[in-house]
Amino acid sequence: MAGQTLYDKLWQQHLVESRDDGTGLLYIDRHLLHEVTSPQAFEGLRLAGRQPWRLDANLAVPDHNVPTEAAERSGGVAGIVDPISRLQVQTLDDNCGDFKIVEIPINDRRQGIVHVVGPEQGATLPGMTVVCGDSHTSTHGALGALAHGIGTSEVEHVLATQCLITRKMKNMRVQVDGALQPGVTAKDVALAVIGRIGTAGGTGYAIEFAGEVVRNLTMEGRMTLCNMSIEAGARAGMVAVDDATIEYVRGRTYSPKGEQWDQAVAAWRELHSDPDAVFDAELTLRGEDIQPQVTWGTSPEMVLPVDGVVPDPDAQETATAKEAVRRALQYMGLKAGQPITDIRPDRVFIGSCTNSRIEDLREAAAVVRGRKIAASIKQALVVPGSGEVKAQAEAEGLDLIFIDAGMEWREPGCSMCLAMNADKLGAGEHCASTSNRNFEGRQGFGGRTHLVSPAMAAAAAVAGHFVDVRSLTENQS
Amino acid sequence: MNSFTVHSGLAAPMDRANVDTDLIIPKQFLKSIKRSGFGPNLFDELRYLDEGQPGQDCSTRPLNPDFALNLPRYAGASVLLARENFGCGSSREHAPWALEDFGIRCIIAPSFADIFFNNCFKNGLLPIALPADTVNRLFEAMYASEGYTLEVDLPAQEIRTPDGERIPFKVEAFRKHCLLNGLDDIGLTLESAAAIRTFEVGHRERSPWLFDTIA
Ligand code: SF4
Repeated sequence: MAGQTLYDKLWQQHLVESRDDGTGLLYIDRHLLHEVTSPQAFEGLRLAGRQPWRLDANLAVPDHNVPTEAAERSGGVAGIVDPISRLQVQTLDDNCGDFKIVEIPINDRRQGIVHVVGPEQGATLPGMTVVCGDSHTSTHGALGALAHGIGTSEVEHVLATQCLITRKMKNMRVQVDGALQPGVTAKDVALAVIGRIGTAGGTGYAIEFAGEVVRNLTMEGRMTLCNMSIEAGARAGMVAVDDATIEYVRGRTYSPKGEQWDQAVAAWRELHSDPDAVFDAELTLRGEDIQPQVTWGTSPEMVLPVDGVVPDPDAQETATAKEAVRRALQYMGLKAGQPITDIRPDRVFIGSCTNSRIEDLREAAAVVRGRKIAASIKQALVVPGSGEVKAQAEAEGLDLIFIDAGMEWREPGCSMCLAMNADKLGAGEHCASTSNRNFEGRQGFGGRTHLVSPAMAAAAAVAGHFVDVRSLTENQS
Repeated sequence: MNSFTVHSGLAAPMDRANVDTDLIIPKQFLKSIKRSGFGPNLFDELRYLDEGQPGQDCSTRPLNPDFALNLPRYAGASVLLARENFGCGSSREHAPWALEDFGIRCIIAPSFADIFFNNCFKNGLLPIALPADTVNRLFEAMYASEGYTLEVDLPAQEIRTPDGERIPFKVEAFRKHCLLNGLDDIGLTLESAAAIRTFEVGHRERSPWLFDTIA
């Protein structure tokens, strides 16, 4: 019999029972909640007179709707100007209070984007099953956990039963061999993978990212990569546990301590695919081949290396593809054949659960250090992923680098990633964004999103147009 | 949850690939803390010429005359014909809620995004994946004849077209059972409560660090 993949192991360790129809009842170790997808679940519990199964498995934090401007933020929940946002955040507070679920509230130093907070607090650990009513829960797989997004009725289901009814996915391995060129980051790897397999390429699979490049990524980089696996259609992305994982987890608030730590580490050391494990699909990329990426269209798969030119609808093979490109170009206000480097962003957004960790901010700061953003940039937002990230960045002086360059340094939250709060694009505006989705209207009605790495976003802010970040950093050092 | 047995309904087109959840229900409507009332904002950006706001009266908004679902011939449709990868994007359940609130009971497409597909069953909607050729044929037949009605028979697992064709479809036994009986997942799972408790005890022995840290 062939060996097991990491995913097979995690699945098996949490399987309560299998059902004849191929679904399984999977035990959930950690359930993260935020204000957008939980109110109806709590409403459902109340209506049915049910209580949470296991309180200590849950952790809640508001993130999508929280204002990121210091002045508005200082008023706490009551100070949120938008009444609907305020109601959602207040409802999370109320529900957590009623059901006795631990919540990190809006102005707690540990508050932030749920996918940044989970690993940062040690609430997400290797070997766990982690779910959250948010598709970017795949992020947590970077720790060698089985983590994926669920819908609101599943939020209610997990609250009430500590289990998820789910079906085993197939195994895919994405192997990135060799080494990345300087200036090329985990975000570029993620976009290059999506460019290769498409936004549905991972549908039905759990992706394990492997290979030398992945091994050499920091935990932050691995989180970026796993975060984007949902944009390739895969609900879960994961990376095997190694020394980097264990060092990352050590000493965090909710990490095991003392004897339990040693016991945990011994168990975590087994969290990798067996050498003879068989994957249903495999993709191999060479790290050296990956260039800094920029999306030009309205789907993350519409992506090119920064030296590329916008594609021609007529050159596409199928009628559907022609139409998709034509529609995307129209929405994005771009012309076939236009170089990516001619695109001029109106705004820049550095943040989101994809790229708002300390390493991301350091990368962006390294590019803007001692420079000014271009006069044509209306706004450049830097939004740390959590209060902890913010404090760390400030301790390193990164905030001042951004402010000196003419950028805005904000309070933690989802911010312009999805424009549920005041941070959004105007119609027709282009944005160099480190977030994960460039769908129509995602960052504001009529807004035009270009997904890039933090370094590339910073480079675009400085140059006023997309540019290969390596051309800025080479003559710097 | 509404049960689904045999449903006969007018078919309407959503004729583009990769319809994502932002398109199904734009994010400004996600702020609601309710689970109903999203129907008027289904496909909001395509359906109306202005930008929709939560809590607005949609009956006075300017309709996009080019959007199929606004055409009188599709009024009251409950079966949606769609293209590849329908429902991609986020895991938000507002997408099936909006479709359901609008009156859609069944969606037929060559393929669906995973999470969306799952979420449909939990909300009394039946998503049916059929070969692309078959979906194409249904689209053509629907465009060709006004009032094109499909009969979706879940017990028999077949779709019956107006000209008498029977198109079989697959559905997982468990999902079918729940949909047929309008069963709530939680109630079903709690029938296994003893098994969950037993598992939990063993799991705690094996991995004590997973318990009691957050409290
Ligand atoms: S940062 Fe963006 S993608 Fe991440 S959880 Fe927030 S809204 Fe979702």
